[in-house]
Amino acid sequence: MTRTAALKITTPSEREVAVTREFDAPRGMVFDAHTKPELVRQWLLGPPGWTMPVCEIDLRVGGKYRYEWANADGRRMGVAGKFTEITRPSRIVVTQLFDEDWTGGETLVTTDLVERSGKTTLTTTVRYSSRDARDAALKTGMTTGMEAGYERLEELLKAEHSHG
Amino acid sequence: MKPSGYNLDATFAALADPTRRAILTRLASGAATVNELAAPFDMSQPAISKHLKVLERAGLITRGREAQRRPRKLEPRPLAEATDWIERHRKIWEANYKRLDAVLQELKGKQKKTVDALLADIKPKPTKRKGT
Repeated sequence: MTRTAALKITTPSEREVAVTREFDAPRGMVFDAHTKPELVRQWLLGPPGWTMPVCEIDLRVGGKYRYEWANADGRRMGVAGKFTEITRPSRIVVTQLFDEDWTGGETLVTTDLVERSGKTTLTTTVRYSSRDARDAALKTGMTTGMEAGYERLEELLKAEHSHG
Repeated sequence: MKPSGYNLDATFAALADPTRRAILTRLASGAATVNELAAPFDMSQPAISKHLKVLERAGLITRGREAQRRPRKLEPRPLAEATDWIERHRKIWEANYKRLDAVLQELKGKQKKTVDALLADIKPKPTKRKGT
């Protein structure tokens, strides 16, 4: 009977994209699943076939994290950043930059956790670092960085398809 | 392979403005001139033209040929590609969150076991202490 909760994607402002989803667990647990490496690497994977060989988290304000994914072809993808706010169990804010920058510079990722009768609503909001960064990416049209990002996404998705 | 014929960033940026979305909604029911498009808004024609330029650059609208009127019309493809892009993102998030569901269920299971074990320790055994 496990019903999957609906995922909602919204654009709260010109600079942001937010993803919201409800989980059937108290928020302390959801918080842990986002901050304990042994838990994070079990789910934060993307398309099938990818693993997460690197998942380092120094959970304190100013502390760094680094994630790396790898697939069977030996392709790797990495992302890193710093914690700028940690309020257990309601909020985590980190900076984020992919090794192959396709977001037009560093982004700020906020994770908000709201609990209601044992269930947690998780909202992840990604914000471009500055309007300038975004506008620069817009002006150059299809910037190579963006293109690489989308291509990689295409590849990822192809990999997903070939895995059924 | 080429990811897309359009710049998704420009598409999303163009869609982020309520006036531009209203213009697209209007164009969905048929081509219209700049004047016709400006009419429902409390905005100068140059302001509307600016919005139209953004939409045009994003490939969301094109201009008709009719000399004077040059009616704008909707181009459905970039919009479809933008939606498609969101959909594919959605799939990755959904797959991740399904796995997170499983992780949380496991944690809940473990927590319950721990709590049950603690309770079993605390609770006086329902044994025959009675008579003592």
